[in-house]
Amino acid sequence: MKSFFRPPMPGIDTGVLGGPFIVIEGADGSGRSTHIRLLKDELEKLGYAVVEIGLLHSDLVATEFANARSGTLLGPLTRGLFYATDLADQIEKAIVPALRSGMVVLADRYVYTLIARDLTRGADFDWLKGVYGFALMPDAVVYLEVSPETLARRVLARDGQMEYWESGMDLGLSRDRYLSFMRYQERIARAFGQLDDEFHFQRINGERELGVVQQELRDYVVPVVRSVVAR
Amino acid sequence: MIVYAPPADEISGQVIAVEGLDGSGKSTQIYLLKRWLELTGHRVWFTEWNSSELVKDATKKAKKGNNLTPSTFSLIHCTDFADRFERQMLPLLRAGYLVLCDRFIYTAFARDGVRGVDHDWLRNLYSFAPQPAITFYFRTPLQIALDRILVGRPKLKFHEAGMDLDLSPDRVESFKLFQARIMDAYEEMCGEFDFEIIDGSLPVEQQQQQVRATVSERLALDSVKIEVPE
Repeated sequence: MKSFFRPPMPGIDTGVLGGPFIVIEGADGSGRSTHIRLLKDELEKLGYAVVEIGLLHSDLVATEFANARSGTLLGPLTRGLFYATDLADQIEKAIVPALRSGMVVLADRYVYTLIARDLTRGADFDWLKGVYGFALMPDAVVYLEVSPETLARRVLARDGQMEYWESGMDLGLSRDRYLSFMRYQERIARAFGQLDDEFHFQRINGERELGVVQQELRDYVVPVVRSVVAR
Repeated sequence: MIVYAPPADEISGQVIAVEGLDGSGKSTQIYLLKRWLELTGHRVWFTEWNSSELVKDATKKAKKGNNLTPSTFSLIHCTDFADRFERQMLPLLRAGYLVLCDRFIYTAFARDGVRGVDHDWLRNLYSFAPQPAITFYFRTPLQIALDRILVGRPKLKFHEAGMDLDLSPDRVESFKLFQARIMDAYEEMCGEFDFEIIDGSLPVEQQQQQVRATVSERLALDSVKIEVPE
């Protein structure tokens, strides 16, 4: 039976959530999206129905948030709570219904990314765990580990530039975007380490060749999916 | 506690909050308090619940589409409060202002609590909020508060009437039942928090006298006085 981090959301019966809930975490440039696409292919080949969930995909706050974010008007607390609202909405409107009908939910980032980002901005860990108490516990969390150096190279190869938020520019770590990116990604990795101590992620080394990483991912995720479905 | 906030000794301003049912008369009272403080030369700022420029469009749209659950209703209102806290209240408090709040976190505790949101979760969520120097709770008999709102035959909004709680299919009836529960929630909080209780059935000017007397007595008003160069 699935559980919540802390006190349950009103009106959700976790006893009926049969589907497997798999989370893939990793920084921008860790290969997360590619691996999720390939994993979805594999699961569908095996006959499982898969629903993909990403952060900030709920229509509840997305537009207003995008407007505010582009103007960088929000304080860290407000931005974190915007994300929390979005996540709560997606849990209730997308994740719970999908799990209820027995589908596999593949989440492209989840509450751990949100907590890690807020931790690096000075929020208290216990406060965050309390706020995100409504988050449904996944059956498995994979963390794709990639060094800041590799992330930087991959992001630049893909986009030709480093995005403001992924570089942590709001933290004022450096005016040099490359340096800021490196320092920020190191801090995010440390925050994930802190989360790993408590929530026990499956760490997969994402530095290696795509096929090797994907195989390791499948070898871990597919048996989890099988065992949850069999319950 | 969270550590976004500066240490308490760097905050020289104070929060005064008013709480109570719709129709309890609290908005009139805080308006009169603000006028008095302004006219006697104090640094004062007024802010009300659910009024952040950045967040309220999202809230409005979500309410209109009837898209909110108790959890998201709670979080979106907290986001609104957080934005006003970060961009207004905190700088004002650091600059030594009296910040007058029409509704404060106790409104969320009451409304969200009635909607079934967990008691401790809510208190943790809002633990970044500054502690008001005084919170006035306008205790108004339910019937009087209801009459004040309903006499104008207003169009009650869906959430305002508590329609999401399925108390009654009739909007006015639902509003009455909802307000009764909110009132119970406020009464319960009187033990938990140090509310300054004002009898909301007294004449407006008598209530205001009590409010001003309490503010004069409990706050060092001289410290928020605007200095006029000689």
